[in-house]
Amino acid sequence: MTKADLIVLGAGPAGLAAAATAAGCGLDVILIDEQQRPGGQIYRDVDRVLPLRGEVLGPDYATGARLTGGIRQDTIRYVPGACVWQIEPGFSVTYSGNGGGVVTGDRLLLATGALERAMPLPGWTLPGVMTAGAGQILLKQSGLVAQRAVLVGTGPLLFLVAAQMVRAGTPPLALVETQTRADLARAARHVGGAMRGWRYLAKGLDMHRTLARAGVPRHVGATQVEIAGPGAAEAVTFHCNGRRHRIDCDTVFLHHGVIPNTQAARSLDIGHRWDVRQHAFAPVLDGWGESDMPGVFIAGDGAGIGGATLAELAGRLAALRIAESLGKVSPAERDRQAAPLRRALEREAAVRPFLDTAYPPFAEALQPADDTVVCRCEEVTAGDIRGFARLGCTGPNQAKAFGRVGMGPCQGRICGPVVTELLAKANGQSPDATGYVRIRPPLKPVTLGELAQLAEPDPEAKK
Amino acid sequence: MKTALPFLETDTPARRVRVWFDGAPLDLPEGMNLAAALLAAGVRVFRHTPVSGAPRGPFCMMGACFDCLVEIEGVTRQACMLEVTEELRIGLPQAGEGGHDEG
Ligand code: FES
Repeated sequence: MTKADLIVLGAGPAGLAAAATAAGCGLDVILIDEQQRPGGQIYRDVDRVLPLRGEVLGPDYATGARLTGGIRQDTIRYVPGACVWQIEPGFSVTYSGNGGGVVTGDRLLLATGALERAMPLPGWTLPGVMTAGAGQILLKQSGLVAQRAVLVGTGPLLFLVAAQMVRAGTPPLALVETQTRADLARAARHVGGAMRGWRYLAKGLDMHRTLARAGVPRHVGATQVEIAGPGAAEAVTFHCNGRRHRIDCDTVFLHHGVIPNTQAARSLDIGHRWDVRQHAFAPVLDGWGESDMPGVFIAGDGAGIGGATLAELAGRLAALRIAESLGKVSPAERDRQAAPLRRALEREAAVRPFLDTAYPPFAEALQPADDTVVCRCEEVTAGDIRGFARLGCTGPNQAKAFGRVGMGPCQGRICGPVVTELLAKANGQSPDATGYVRIRPPLKPVTLGELAQLAEPDPEAKK
Repeated sequence: MKTALPFLETDTPARRVRVWFDGAPLDLPEGMNLAAALLAAGVRVFRHTPVSGAPRGPFCMMGACFDCLVEIEGVTRQACMLEVTEELRIGLPQAGEGGHDEG
């Protein structure tokens, strides 16, 4: 089956739920994922890991097993370990790894999830500095905990990683938190809405209690955060409560929020808009998750940050609309099944305004100091980019010509949003007017060998 | 000594297999994520940047940052997207990390 009714990219909560729902409606589905096992980042390797580390990772993680179970159906072809590097309208998807190949489908659902928001600070490129998500992946997938780690930044994921480290018996040395008490006070006016998402608030309080019981020091409202080297991370230094602090460590986990991973959607030229509240670009979608390119749907964090439960619900909604558009279910049946999903979705979304206000991105990392590296691949600094603006550079694509920024192997995945913000500020333009790096295939580097294999599916034939 | 390493392994996977990192032998748990296994073995620096020669190690562990690049059988690959297999020969990526085959 290289042709299907629906191709789903990404086997996280949105993709898993969408594939299962679509198959349940009678569709043939191809589910393509980059990882070796289903679950996405949030339920990373859940089938293999749950028996080993379920206690440490908590009951929410266990939810993932229900979702991975849902794709064991004859009408779902699951292709793990596949690196998608080209998507074409119509729709065809080309991937390398796991044999490589091209698959085609009548509909396309992008469930590519989130990326962590880059947090450029002095020293953030040093070995030993990782994203908080990376810390969590190390724990989930491989059972590794950092012995002497400092967590820096803000937001629910940072606290979750800290709490999981405590449960694993290796508490972090400290939390260096960039949000202020004023942020929390501002967020208080959203508490009404958040109460509908009370489960999250209760979980948040629980995490804070876990940290307090373990005696993890918390520094709130930290500024001028730097990581000391020179060869690898050796300490975190910062300003807090009127004085300079230094905490020696060998691992630093950074986090100040996640943003939609829009690379695949961008490669199809799907329309995106700057979301002021989430401080990130998100694709323009209708109520079912359909984009401005008919037949392409986006669900989950790739459509706007909402977390795992919301992603699952959005995946199911998109699948229902896709099934209806292919004549597999009636509009009435679609709406009947969608109604409870929409109610649950609204409840899930209720907590977002509170979280977004309480834990805003760290201002210093949105507009880093001149000598801070922004593009990790090409080692372009914030000052370089401001310099490009002074020379007349208005957008990220032009910036490539000025200084190779975003042209390394990561193709702007990490630095792209920072470059947009720097140029927007320097030129006094909105992020929308400034735009984003144009994404062209290959979406990920592909080797000549892999290309040759595609042209010649049976390399033995010619020998 | 385990305690001197940045990362602690919370469970001991079954079998260790011999791999080579930059010419030196390492015994890593078979099937473990390669970047994770190297970190657990105390490897901090995976590569040096082609621009300034600055040291780099894994940053995102999800295939986005390309800071975990290593060279395997002449091809530059992301260690965080691979698993440990027996006799894996891991080299430091040579110049032109984005170059891959044409490098
Ligand atoms: S650690 Fe980021 S790509 Fe491997």
